[in-house]
Amino acid sequence: MSTQDMEFSKEELARYNRHIIIPEFGEESQLKLKKAKVLIIGSGGLGSPALLYLTAAGVGTIGIVDFDVVDDSNLQRQVLFDIHEIGKPKVEAAKRRLEALNPHVKFILHNAHINSGNALEIIKDYDVVADGTDNFPTRYLVNDATLLLDKPNVYGSVFQFEGQVSVFNFVNAAGVRGPNYRDLYPTPPPPGLVPSCAEGGVLGVLPGIIGSLQALEVIKVITGVGEPLSGRFFTFDALNFENRTFNIKRREDNPVNGKNPTIRELIDYEQFCGMRAVEEKPVKEITAKKLYDWQVSGKKFKLIDVREPSEFKIVQIGGELIPLATIADHAGQIPHDIDVVVHCKAGIRSLKAIRELEEKFGYNNLYNLKGGILAYIDQVQPELTRY
Amino acid sequence: MATVIIPTPLRKFTNQTARLQIEAGTVGEIIEKITLDFPELKKHLLDPQGSVRSFVNIFSGDDDIRDLQQEKTPVNQSTVISIVPAIAGGKR
Repeated sequence: MSTQDMEFSKEELARYNRHIIIPEFGEESQLKLKKAKVLIIGSGGLGSPALLYLTAAGVGTIGIVDFDVVDDSNLQRQVLFDIHEIGKPKVEAAKRRLEALNPHVKFILHNAHINSGNALEIIKDYDVVADGTDNFPTRYLVNDATLLLDKPNVYGSVFQFEGQVSVFNFVNAAGVRGPNYRDLYPTPPPPGLVPSCAEGGVLGVLPGIIGSLQALEVIKVITGVGEPLSGRFFTFDALNFENRTFNIKRREDNPVNGKNPTIRELIDYEQFCGMRAVEEKPVKEITAKKLYDWQVSGKKFKLIDVREPSEFKIVQIGGELIPLATIADHAGQIPHDIDVVVHCKAGIRSLKAIRELEEKFGYNNLYNLKGGILAYIDQVQPELTRY
Repeated sequence: MATVIIPTPLRKFTNQTARLQIEAGTVGEIIEKITLDFPELKKHLLDPQGSVRSFVNIFSGDDDIRDLQQEKTPVNQSTVISIVPAIAGGKR
């Protein structure tokens, strides 16, 4: 960038006036924002407010990573998008909205699944990363990639009514490096023990709060104003309105940047998080297309829907509703002598239901609908309502 | 009695109770008592060997018990114990 780009136009000085007149902030900090390159990973619940505020604040270059398209069910919390963008790639919808907010910001779009193969390449040119993803493998991937590339990682996470924020791998003015996600949580929970927001839900305003705090910390990391949340771990309980800030430390046994590092490149994070573990015996699966074949062929089988009544009201594909929590009590309604297909929204709860039924009642005729009702909608009946 | 703050994702195992008052001398005793009172909590807090799971952090006051004396960390009447499991949501 030329030096001319790194000065402010009259329009910019007017736009950022409320920043510049803060004595502790001033034009110097504003210029640091303009020079900065920030990568926001995930443009959903957390990414939406973070992107809006960082764009408004005048960060010079903002990268956005997301592979998803805008969906009806996003709008309850993803305030970056509106009804006109449904079905469109999130990164493009985000860019349209953000460019209208601040034409002085340059956007770089990464319409991709971030993974071990592309993470270093995507992240390497940015100064700061903000992680607003939605699953454990990606959390560890982003953590490790930022450690290997020596970038600060502004972490935020939400679930139902609970929010968490910290600044990882931050090197302070004295040159001391702070802890990271692996120091805080050395290993992830096994799959299925901790539900995702897609399964367990989240109060829409909570990612608004936590994503805004991430934007705040990104600005502090860039400008050096204030004390970033490094070595500290903020938790917020929206139900009781209680927040706590804990002290966290680096650990010698951290496999990436501890005393004897064993991880020197990105690993298979799905495997690390147990997604590919074969500790439990696999259950039989059926694809959405095959289920449809069964339905139209007149084959004798039973379809069980283990979602909640509120989900059943939105969309259903002819299954009998028996929510997961009550499945054992209703085993009498599930035959042993014909094939039975069990489905939920995405295939996780139905898997649990099948395991429970097989263990307790010895079923061997149960099939899990792969990808749940969402896969059925995508592959068989796209006119049905997604959520 | 020490106070134990139960995080929102685990309250379904404590009859939605956010704070428990527990009479105990160490963090280990607290964990033992709450997992006896609320057996469903056990698999979320402890691994099959009975150690605190590595995706669950327990703080005594503001400090991680791993930086204190782990489960042997003493507690008193005014100690506040926080249980903070890993959560990963944010995008979808």
